[in-house]
Amino acid sequence: MTTKTTTGLSLSRRQLLQGGAALGFGAATLGLSPAWANPWGQSNTYPQGAVEGNDIALAIRRETLAINRRNTRPITINGTSPGPLIRLREGQDATLRVTNLLDEPTSIHWHGLILPPAVDGAPGISFAGIAPGETFTYRFPVMQNGTYWYHSHSGLQEQLGHAGPIVIDAAEREPFRFDREHVVMLTDWTFEEPATVFRNLKTAEGYYNFQERTITDFLADMRENGFRETARSRAMWARMRMSSRDIADVTGSTYTYLVNGQAPEQNWTALFKPGERLRLRFINGSAMTYFDVRIPGLKMTVVAADGQPVQPVPVDEFRIAVAETYDVIITPEAETAYTVFAESMDRSGFARATLAPRLGMEAEMPERRRISDRGMEAMGAHGGMDHSDMAGMDHSDMAGMDHSDMAGMDHSNMAGMDHSNMAGMDHSDMQDDTSPGASKGDLLPAGTAQPGSQYDQAGIGIDPDERRILVYRDLKAFRPWPDRREPEREMEIHLTGNMERYMWSFDGKKFSEVNGPIHFRKDERLRLVLVNDTMMEHPIHLHGMWMELENGAGELIPRKHTINVKPGERVSALITADAEGSWAFHCHLLYHMDAGMFRVVKVS
Amino acid sequence: MKTRTKLPVTGATLALLATVGAHAEDGYDAPGDWPSPMAKHHVGTAVFDRLEYVFPDKEEETLVWDFEAWYGGDISRFYLKSEGENVQGDGAGAEFEALDLRYGHLIADFWELQGGIGYQGNVGTNDHPERFYGVIGLQGTAPYLIETSLDLKVSENGDAWVQLEAEHDVRLTQRLYLQPRAELVASGNDLEEFHMGSGLNSLNAGLRLRYEITRKIAPYVGAYWVKSYGSTADMARAHGEPTENTGLVAGIRVLF
Repeated sequence: MTTKTTTGLSLSRRQLLQGGAALGFGAATLGLSPAWANPWGQSNTYPQGAVEGNDIALAIRRETLAINRRNTRPITINGTSPGPLIRLREGQDATLRVTNLLDEPTSIHWHGLILPPAVDGAPGISFAGIAPGETFTYRFPVMQNGTYWYHSHSGLQEQLGHAGPIVIDAAEREPFRFDREHVVMLTDWTFEEPATVFRNLKTAEGYYNFQERTITDFLADMRENGFRETARSRAMWARMRMSSRDIADVTGSTYTYLVNGQAPEQNWTALFKPGERLRLRFINGSAMTYFDVRIPGLKMTVVAADGQPVQPVPVDEFRIAVAETYDVIITPEAETAYTVFAESMDRSGFARATLAPRLGMEAEMPERRRISDRGMEAMGAHGGMDHSDMAGMDHSDMAGMDHSDMAGMDHSNMAGMDHSNMAGMDHSDMQDDTSPGASKGDLLPAGTAQPGSQYDQAGIGIDPDERRILVYRDLKAFRPWPDRREPEREMEIHLTGNMERYMWSFDGKKFSEVNGPIHFRKDERLRLVLVNDTMMEHPIHLHGMWMELENGAGELIPRKHTINVKPGERVSALITADAEGSWAFHCHLLYHMDAGMFRVVKVS
Repeated sequence: MKTRTKLPVTGATLALLATVGAHAEDGYDAPGDWPSPMAKHHVGTAVFDRLEYVFPDKEEETLVWDFEAWYGGDISRFYLKSEGENVQGDGAGAEFEALDLRYGHLIADFWELQGGIGYQGNVGTNDHPERFYGVIGLQGTAPYLIETSLDLKVSENGDAWVQLEAEHDVRLTQRLYLQPRAELVASGNDLEEFHMGSGLNSLNAGLRLRYEITRKIAPYVGAYWVKSYGSTADMARAHGEPTENTGLVAGIRVLF
């Protein structure tokens, strides 16, 4: 299936030349933007600016490029960062020759693609990585279609822009129609070295958070809710030694948020003709940033999630977790410009692009929202919380929370709060269990949402009354997936951490502390239950196999490669363990992964 | 965790068997020459929590430092800590109140137990009394976000004393912090030489207003009140020193 060729640097000149050509093309159209960010987009009639075909060469380098008009040193792929659009066709045999021109090992992982382990691209698990000067040939059959992406799986290279989009054209007609398409890849760029960012996170808690609560917030809350309630609420957070504003670890204080490599001021513009149906392929290729995406004035119809077709959902806004992809269809009728606005979840910054009938047009930018305070659901996540504290808590000052949902902790729709339902709240039970997966007697029927899931909630900082927001409950597969078996076994994994020391782990153990892999039995139908004991969101990614999200959609259970788990939430996915071999399983927040929120899954 | 062993050519067979065994036990089927999927990190940092010039109402102006550096992993770390002062215009050199080398181990989410050795005495001169001691410390964040450190020190002569420090940051803006701070010293013995009396020695309470130009550089101004008690106060009176004092400070917090 795979061949590995070691070639000298001289043999990689071809890649170099190709890289140069790609850069040249990009420069000719839009300055330094990647070639696939061509404003007229990609469509079947305009296949340009991408690498495609049966033999694709990719050269990885670290070089000086301008990002937001400032020279810096990203990792480039064929001369651009993010890299070129890799366009494949369902049913083809792909050959991707990746040449490492860095002075350290690298890798490319094809995020969301189902392929043999040896070409999955996670160093140390399924291959050795690509040494400096070496060319590694990835060869695999393309068995799916949709919007995906690729990125380095080595160290913190992804933060340096070592990522790019993948579009796989369908072999058969897709269940929706469009006239033109654009890739919208969201990333977070920092001019700091990734290792410095990691060190700052490790040595100074809240280093990048400049939206903490201050005395002013206290006074404002006091005016609204009175001194007693305000003091009681703040005292509870202080007693827990936590910040209710801890929504993003790395923020706009160091990040410049990019659309297709372009900063908000550069305003990357995608073109359309009024009346056309446009397909936007949103990819969150960020290291650490969740985005809330909307296009004021346009309804978006979500038609695919994580590359997989879903029943169309018309929405005004959607939250895209790190590593997720969403395809939306829009139909701009007017001869006017629209802003694509992607706010970071903590509101510390935004990425922005423009949709317009002509270049140079601009629409108004929507007003930015303020950061929200985390409320009860994050508290519930905290294992050390005692119930008397929670009972005595007043919720009225929890900005951004839906008060109707908050009214009582015993409401079953706030299942995250109901400790009696949360089997996993008991740490002593879970953390000692190094091989999670003791099967239980009575399993819920396939597809049933776990008590403790919050699939009907958009999450922190979004007001569902203001506009229609996509939630996980909305996702229904376009047609049923083939494996309809009930789960034979249940495995529960807790997402754990210590914010103060920036330790992140599964079941209380960092990757460096666990003994051996998580074991999936070959061809078993497994229910993976993920319980988030932390007060941060975590996008959990499994390599090599789909996770079917048990969101109560019945036979239309949707499948995903990355599942966002909100603080205190308990979610579950069905997995058909048909991919023999070893696979990575991790939180896709880059620094969480690097801090230890990572496991190897072995299917045998 | 994957075990990787660098094998010397001699004794390779035995070592190889051990390596294979370790891999089989771990259950990873990755060859031994592959890298670990996730690198293990050790990080370190250094901070002058206080580097300040003190203007007391009574007695001489003084330069004071409170320094801490650590290196290690998430659970275990090595610390270098130093507190000291240089009284201006007294003709004597600077004095280490503490120069500690410690090993710290995380024992709870917010608490670290530390143990080590330390030195009190001179910075390059011979003006101050000296002693070596062992130290056991508990350092962490107490509920209500109070940064706390409690040290028990026992000298080579068997003298024992404790030091308790607590501070809390009140955030006025995203960069402006008000920091109340308290320090308490108590001793088990009368130690004339070190101006320590048996029982509660002194209480120092201060308030500092700090502006973080960046997270790493933060100048501050502040004021403090200090009082000595019991036989420590008696010693001070005998030396003609004040038993109570107030003063102003100006300094900088530097994080490296």
